[in-house]
Amino acid sequence: MSKIKETAKVISQEKLALDIYSMWIETGIAKEAVPGQFISVYTKSEARLLPRPISICETGDNSLRIVYRIAGKGTEEFAAYKEGDRVDILGPLGNGFPLTEIEDKCSNGREDQGLILIGGGIGIPPMLELAKQLKGKVTIVVGYRDADMFLDEELKKYGRLVIATDDGSVGTKGNVIDAIKEQGVEGSVICACGPTPMLRGIKAYAAEKGIEAYISMEERMACGVGACLGCVCRSAEVDDHSKVNNKRICKDGPVFKATEVEL
Amino acid sequence: MKDLSVNIAGVEFKNPVMEGSGTFGSGMEYGEFVDLNRLGAVVTKGVANVPWTGNPTPRVAEVYGGMLNAIGLQNPGIDTFIARDLEFLKKYDTKVIVNVCGKSVEDYLDVVERLSDEAADMLEINVSCPNVKEGAIAFGQKADALYNITNEIKKKAKQPIIMKLSPNVTDITEMARAAEAAGADALSLINTITAMKIDIHKRTFALANKTGGLSGPAIKPVAVRMVYQTAQAVKIPIIGMGGIANAEDALEFIMAGASAVAVGAMNFHDPYTTVKVIDGLRDYMEQYKVSDIKELIGCVK
Repeated sequence: MSKIKETAKVISQEKLALDIYSMWIETGIAKEAVPGQFISVYTKSEARLLPRPISICETGDNSLRIVYRIAGKGTEEFAAYKEGDRVDILGPLGNGFPLTEIEDKCSNGREDQGLILIGGGIGIPPMLELAKQLKGKVTIVVGYRDADMFLDEELKKYGRLVIATDDGSVGTKGNVIDAIKEQGVEGSVICACGPTPMLRGIKAYAAEKGIEAYISMEERMACGVGACLGCVCRSAEVDDHSKVNNKRICKDGPVFKATEVEL
Repeated sequence: MKDLSVNIAGVEFKNPVMEGSGTFGSGMEYGEFVDLNRLGAVVTKGVANVPWTGNPTPRVAEVYGGMLNAIGLQNPGIDTFIARDLEFLKKYDTKVIVNVCGKSVEDYLDVVERLSDEAADMLEINVSCPNVKEGAIAFGQKADALYNITNEIKKKAKQPIIMKLSPNVTDITEMARAAEAAGADALSLINTITAMKIDIHKRTFALANKTGGLSGPAIKPVAVRMVYQTAQAVKIPIIGMGGIANAEDALEFIMAGASAVAVGAMNFHDPYTTVKVIDGLRDYMEQYKVSDIKELIGCVK
């Protein structure tokens, strides 16, 4: 798997919800990418020198889709790109979800109850390509702030969709764990991406149920390729590369077994 | 044929372009983009006698024209570094400069001695990292402490030593003179400038460490000024750095008195920055009919 840095062409841009945008980009990175990986997206200003790490939402033959939230001036610039515009990207980065391992874990379980994919907020996008590629019974649990949802219609095509909202306007009122309990979601393996408090809850839930959880983490990044050690997380064991209890989210992750990391 | 080679303390570099310690690991990751054989040298991330965990996250933040970092010199320790990183670099036709850090004089000496018979061409002594509580910058902000540690390391080091200076001082020339008087073979400057960013939405510091080191194009004019002042104050060669993004920036440092230059934070903006700087230097020499880059070193008085 090799990394590509290129000036790619924007195919389309669409607003999905408040501050949430979807952009398809024509790029050879698509062929190399696996679900759970991300790309670095560079702004056109040298004054904003760090790339923005954005998860891959979907891949096509020679194109990929990112669904991202406007969080500052850099992502605001991306949201203004139109069809035919150029964008500098680098990827695919990170490890992605280990699909075969996850499917094996599922089918070797005491009783295959299928997979639970969990996305919270801007952690939802990588679940789309993952849901498309994983074989077997899939339940997708998503958490939003309110009824201003995104990707829900598309996710429904790939499994049972269970929704939680902070304000209770759709589905279970509360977080994704509340929805899992209230709506009777069962599964043998969890894959999740979202804010750290959500991942912490999932780690505890998986431990209680005695099932494996693969979680995708995020952190402020600089290089995105594993050189600068900006985006580490605490690991349970001494890491083989760093020789301390730190793993690089951009290179060793962003996907880890929940038991591997301290949250 | 343009001559881009430079000589620093008896070590011959094929060109004057390297990268700044800590921005490039040991070259393994960036080697996927850049042919390391093209670089004048690879400057490795700081290594201590034992593994260091570094600071809590967030460790990095972007600011206008630059970035803050407070990694805290996380490193795997000298044993792993020698077995893995130096071994990796042996495959490449480039010079290797090992950046050395420590919490006490003894820590530094330990690393320096371990490197005696290893494939390192020069040692860069980090007495200027602003992000660790013990050691590092404590040795780089007082002339007598800097003199002492330089002197101690010179007694043990088999390779020529570069003292990496901090800009967080009242008078950079006082530090430069102290290092030179103690026997330093070369100087590198500037390390990052101590800075702070506040996240107004969360009403907290952007970095867990509260303060961090500012790098990137925002600091370049400060760095050029300090290289110039230092070049007027000492005779030993200088490796200049601080926000270099292209050959024009590199030439400013060279004309101010730097014998070589390092690309730091801009590697994050464009992993090909180092080789673009090398190509750009050659283009400049063609344009102005300069046959030897050494003619440009310190040409602005």
